[in-house]
Amino acid sequence: MARILLPEHRRALGKLQPGLTRRGLAGGLSLGALTLLTGCDLSDDDSVIDRALWAMLRFNDRVQAAMFSPTRLARTYTRADITKPFRFNAFYPIERVPQIDLAGWRLELAGLIDQKKPWALPDIMALPQESQITRHICVEGWSQIGEWRGVPLGNFLRRVGADLTARYVGFTCGDEYYSSIDMASALHPQTILALEFEQTALSPIWGAPLRLRIPTKLGFKNPKFITAITVTNENPGGYWEDLGYNWFSGS
Amino acid sequence: MTPLAPPPRHHIVVRLSHWVGAVAMICLILSGWQIYNASPLLPFRIPGAITLGGWLGGAIAWHLTAMWLLMASGAMYLAYGFASGHFRRDLALPSVGEFTGEMAAALRLNLPHDAGRYNAVQRVFYAGVVAIAVLAVLTGLAIWKPVQFGPLTALFGDYDTARKLHFTMMVLIVGFLLIHLVLVAIVPRTLLGMITGKRGGV
Repeated sequence: MARILLPEHRRALGKLQPGLTRRGLAGGLSLGALTLLTGCDLSDDDSVIDRALWAMLRFNDRVQAAMFSPTRLARTYTRADITKPFRFNAFYPIERVPQIDLAGWRLELAGLIDQKKPWALPDIMALPQESQITRHICVEGWSQIGEWRGVPLGNFLRRVGADLTARYVGFTCGDEYYSSIDMASALHPQTILALEFEQTALSPIWGAPLRLRIPTKLGFKNPKFITAITVTNENPGGYWEDLGYNWFSGS
Repeated sequence: MTPLAPPPRHHIVVRLSHWVGAVAMICLILSGWQIYNASPLLPFRIPGAITLGGWLGGAIAWHLTAMWLLMASGAMYLAYGFASGHFRRDLALPSVGEFTGEMAAALRLNLPHDAGRYNAVQRVFYAGVVAIAVLAVLTGLAIWKPVQFGPLTALFGDYDTARKLHFTMMVLIVGFLLIHLVLVAIVPRTLLGMITGKRGGV
């Protein structure tokens, strides 16, 4: 049974897994000149600088939300542009990719949604789908072009009676990953609940059976193995976002 | 008898934007090296000891903080430079002949460093680094916002070419910085000038 990770759950998770706590941003800088220059010990993660960087992360969230256009589309490519082989990427090695039991899999819905009945895979596959060939850009800098097909998230949210004035859409995943996006990005026409990659049903390494494909955000905002969607006004955060990656991370 | 006119000074806007921009640029370069290490474009990594941020998330936080500082000081400097005539007056590009002649003199360490006037080599270097810094910001915006600034990204080819250009701008700026610091060390009164405003020293 999928559980929605709201902030109180996340704190508990942090206790269970000490690695999952917020990391310092200032960094263990060993460059004497800059330490002299700023007069601060930058290796202290609770420093004024660390708090300032966290404040700037939130400032950058607001700036990016203001810059976001609900209609401007990410560049699309042709099949000839597709990157082969496509690179596997996760916060764990490929051997640890979860094998989800597709027959028993249900997409749970939670939060500000009228119809919370869980969805089985064939019911989602029966919905109208759209394809895209777009560039997936990793926060690390590399990028690759791939083809995905699936149900536009906006159409799905409207169908289940989600409160479209809510601020956040959160995703819980079968690989203990979680992430969340702003509602405006969720309703963008290229944001899809992908069922297919390269014209075949998602295989486990690509997040079977359901993943988010959102070309207006960085790769880590494209959660795989989705088991639950929650619509909420409380920011659900995310695995990397809570460690210190910029939450909005829009492209 | 009227007193002599005071020696020309670095305007307060020039000095302020120089130092704010310098701090921002150093933070951007060092955090950029940490970001580079997450997915190196070339077959080497930058030693962690001379990077900023400690890990990728920290480096990006530094980079996208210092970015605002650089853009603010840069906008202030460019607005002043155009509006006051500073660029037209002091940074006008020389002819090729003038540049090569003065460059040859500079390489023989035989170029006068007159108070209140930039020689041809200085004009080319300072105007050049300003142009490169502007390109560094533009290529940076192109890879930060390839969707929202799609036309800008397309101007540089695409995301991956803009990323390589952004890296190239860093290399050019680091190259400028090394030469700049060596020259300041040779003519240290220019450092005082950039702090107190007095060109050509005390």
